Amino acid sequence: MLLLAFDTATPAVTAAVHDGTAVLAESYEVDARRHGELLLPTIGDVLRTAGVDKRELTAIAVGVGPGPYTGLRVGLVTAAALGHALGLPVHGVCTLDAIAHQARREGLTGPFTAATDARRKEVYWAAYDEDGTRTDGPAVDRPGDLTPPQRSVGAGALLYPDTFPGATGPEHVSAGALADFAARELTAGRDLLPNAPLYLRRPDAQVPAGYKAVLPA
Amino acid sequence: MADEPLVLGIETSCDETGVGIVHGTTLLADAVASSVNDHARYGGVVPEIASRAHLEAMVPTIRRALDTAGIKATDLDGIAVTAGPGLAGALLVGVSAAKAYAWALDKPLYGVNHLASHICVDQLEHGRLPEPTMALLVSGGHSSLLLSSDITSDVRPLGATIDDAAGEAFDKVARVLGLGFPGGPVVDRTARDGDGKAIAFPRGLSAANDPAYDFSFSGLKTAVARWVEAKRRAGEEVPIADVAASFQEAVTDVLTRKAVRACKDNGVDHLMIGGGVAANSRLREMAQQRCDRAGIVLRVPRPGLCTDNGAMVAALGAEMVRRGRTPSAFDLSADSSLPVTEVHVPHTEFHAHAHESLR
Ligand SMILES: [Zn+2]
Repeated sequence: MLLLAFDTATPAVTAAVHDGTAVLAESYEVDARRHGELLLPTIGDVLRTAGVDKRELTAIAVGVGPGPYTGLRVGLVTAAALGHALGLPVHGVCTLDAIAHQARREGLTGPFTAATDARRKEVYWAAYDEDGTRTDGPAVDRPGDLTPPQRSVGAGALLYPDTFPGATGPEHVSAGALADFAARELTAGRDLLPNAPLYLRRPDAQVPAGYKAVLPA
Repeated sequence: MADEPLVLGIETSCDETGVGIVHGTTLLADAVASSVNDHARYGGVVPEIASRAHLEAMVPTIRRALDTAGIKATDLDGIAVTAGPGLAGALLVGVSAAKAYAWALDKPLYGVNHLASHICVDQLEHGRLPEPTMALLVSGGHSSLLLSSDITSDVRPLGATIDDAAGEAFDKVARVLGLGFPGGPVVDRTARDGDGKAIAFPRGLSAANDPAYDFSFSGLKTAVARWVEAKRRAGEEVPIADVAASFQEAVTDVLTRKAVRACKDNGVDHLMIGGGVAANSRLREMAQQRCDRAGIVLRVPRPGLCTDNGAMVAALGAEMVRRGRTPSAFDLSADSSLPVTEVHVPHTEFHAHAHESLR
């Protein structure tokens, strides 16, 4: 297995190459406004560092969110286009699952909640049990509407200490963890997600309030 | 013909996901997926809805274009994409896709200007553009007079709208008349049964001291609304066809008068009209009459090529390849306000290094 993984659902622009056993190369850069510019050069960088030619890849894994839409779509459309152009299957991974996977690898034991910043005073979140299995979410809510969990990780948790006391890192998703999660699931014969965004919110669309008269009333 | 470049173009600046494939000036495929119906009930394009639709439609539309053209992606000589101007989030979907294809296939990438593409598309219909060419671009997003001596490197703005774009005025008048969205086609259709001389609506920026090549449609739009409201208030029936025809007459009168004047003043004997409003039947008719009278050759692509599409981007991309223009770097960004003078976004020397190291 030679897996190219990347994620643009959090402020991090991150890509990694994984051989089914370990991460061969990883890049991680936090720049919430430049996903579009940075992603492809970053992909080129990790392949070069890993010494892997793009034609040797066997699959792509991409974080499908939830996350702020504009950045999120950069990763998804890149994955779809690369999948088509290189003839590779594309597997979607819930970005919160990848964050949770990294937290467990760094020693956190469950149950815990992973939360990212959904802006507008809300968080994207999901809950995990002792085995790391997702038990609730992904969903988007105001922190105050959530039942405070024992432990929590992610920038969304760190941002709202009243709801998530003692929250820890990882703040954002890393593609190495995402790749490792995907490799394990695929090796175990489990299906991943389709390459489709987890928006969780309907698009903002204001219906114009009727036609406004221009003559004075 | 044999050595003409084979180029795929991607356009996502507004609500159409367009993918075109051209061989030099020959159109091989023009696939479009439109989200226009999803916007209709909002009376205008909703950016987030457009962006979501682009993501869904992107790869299927590319597959469709390749199938129609009967080529493989590996046969291409280059990938072109609209880098701007347009809706930021919508542009980003197309730019990201184009980069991924160009990189995966080891093809040069050309981030190009949407407005220059609207001009260059005419090469697919009427052969290579004469140099210089005068262009009148009219759509829901732009109304400008542009003079180009080389469509890959030199596009000079002579004038533009100072308020609404012509297409916006069509949308707003359609709303006032209760005709629905988008306004262009429905006003055109309705106007056919009306009298364009029935109501004397104002011609914006047409006084002697006004800027010769700039446009203004905001006052016209308001004048139409006032006229219709006054009728309704008086309890009289609104002659919808006459209002549509008279409004359309005012718009096309100003557009064609200024375009012909720009040609004469600059000694240019060709006028090209592009953009969605160029599909308007009255504009085409009046432009033809006035150009004939002034001895100017008029070039207007067929309506399907006037609206936003991928073929126009591919046409400009093919010209970039043919003239050996510098490709874009893989850190190309979508620029929602890309100036028309930036016909394409080549990488700098610094980027050239990064570009090579990516290979
Ligand atoms: Zn346009």
